[in-house]
Amino acid sequence: MKDLASLYLGLMRISILEQLQYRVANYFYMIGMVTEPVVYLVVWTTIAHAQGGEVAGYTESQLAAYYIIWTLVRNMNIVFTPYGWEWRIRQGQLSDMLTRPIHPLHYDLGYFAGWKFVVILMWLPIAAVLTWLFKPALNPGWLEIGAFFLAIWGAYLVRSMWQWALGLISFWTTRVGAFFELYFTIELLLSGRLVPLALLPGWARQIADFLPFQYAFGFPIETLVGNMTPQQLITGLAMQVFWITFGLLVVLLVWKAAVRRYSAVGG
Amino acid sequence: MRLFTLGWHFFRVGAMNELQYRANFFVQLFQSLLALVTGLVGLALVFDHTTDLAGWSRPELLAVMGVHILMGGLIRATIQPNMERLMGDIQSGTLDFALTRPADAQMLISIREVRIWQFVDVLMGLVVLGYAANNLKGTVGILQVTAFIAALLIGAVMIYCFWLILTTGAFWVIRMEQVVELFQGLYQAGRWPVGIYPDWLRTGLTFLVPVAFAVTVPAEALSNRLNIETLLLAFGIMVGLLVFSRWFWKVGVRNYSGASA
Repeated sequence: MKDLASLYLGLMRISILEQLQYRVANYFYMIGMVTEPVVYLVVWTTIAHAQGGEVAGYTESQLAAYYIIWTLVRNMNIVFTPYGWEWRIRQGQLSDMLTRPIHPLHYDLGYFAGWKFVVILMWLPIAAVLTWLFKPALNPGWLEIGAFFLAIWGAYLVRSMWQWALGLISFWTTRVGAFFELYFTIELLLSGRLVPLALLPGWARQIADFLPFQYAFGFPIETLVGNMTPQQLITGLAMQVFWITFGLLVVLLVWKAAVRRYSAVGG
Repeated sequence: MRLFTLGWHFFRVGAMNELQYRANFFVQLFQSLLALVTGLVGLALVFDHTTDLAGWSRPELLAVMGVHILMGGLIRATIQPNMERLMGDIQSGTLDFALTRPADAQMLISIREVRIWQFVDVLMGLVVLGYAANNLKGTVGILQVTAFIAALLIGAVMIYCFWLILTTGAFWVIRMEQVVELFQGLYQAGRWPVGIYPDWLRTGLTFLVPVAFAVTVPAEALSNRLNIETLLLAFGIMVGLLVFSRWFWKVGVRNYSGASA
């Protein structure tokens, strides 16, 4: 356990130092990313404005708050991409990973967790500019802030697990691109990324409740924006734990089968 | 004239190369369909809550989406792959091979690559546009179509200049891969008419990143919202951008020291 903790600390330090070198690149990336929520925000505030200041219970300034917090949550749930697996397998990186005594999942979790600190630091000025531009309404209590802090790291873990599980499909087939795209499209629509879930029709929300996506997107945002009761906050966090555990189990199981298959191919 | 023969040869080689991977056509078709569905769902959600978006009706917004898809496909088929290769060449120093050829270097680096499967999006955009045009209130006559094609060409040239200027930055900054992300992010804003955005963003999307001219203006031409002044303004800015990007490229090349120097 102690060894593992120091491994994580080490990985995080490496990634922080590494990513701090590429500040311009990181900023370009973040600015490109900020356009997405700004577009959604403008579209929905235009609608809210035309409807007399509200759409599906969201006022203009609440929408602003939603999509500004969105930018942080989006940054938090950037994890190792499933597209990366094909590269790892082809480049032989995997053989290297397999010779180490620790499960490779730890390396990704540690590295990306460290990166998050750089991202949060760099996000602050962006958030300040967006706040100045769009005047969000945000007055969370301490309970909400505490829940939010837990929820963004929960979101990071939820998405890490499921993206990892998804990426492992690359062990069985090389034509994974189309499948990933489908996955990401469903995620976009049913996670609260495109629109707050409240704006979706009822049947779509029901489907979303059976999927992990909203716990990596909509839920952490709503902890700050949505005036949730303590009961709802705790339920949400518990659901995150559930999806993380479930995802972890899937990862461990699939990983075992994947490695067996890999060595079979490699001879 | 030489530009066209050279361009044709590069296109033929590029196309033959990609035609070896026919399955990619279906992958691309699938991805394009997914993107189309996402776009349509977005529109459906909007019109679930309202009847018009800042004065744009549903078929009009569909026309904007059609142009957005079409132009996006055109960019990814022709402009973006060339610029990505240029970035790579500058990084690794292999740009020497292009610079030493007996043709104009800017011309050469702009036509070397083509990704033909991306033209699926161009077709998809046309289908969406055709459907939208059928449902538009006003008539879409020969005049509108001419203005539309003109606006589309002007927009495409502007996007090319914009990409070239950004990519030329690689002569100084070297690590420019994120530019692709940056552009794709900003280009998303073109899915909706730029008129809905706040002033600062609209100005940015018009003059910094010419998304407005590339997408909104052609869509306006089709839906009878375009006046001749805007078209002339677009043409003027295009000429300005062409001159500037050419000059900037030359400065960049002078700054390039190559791999072996």
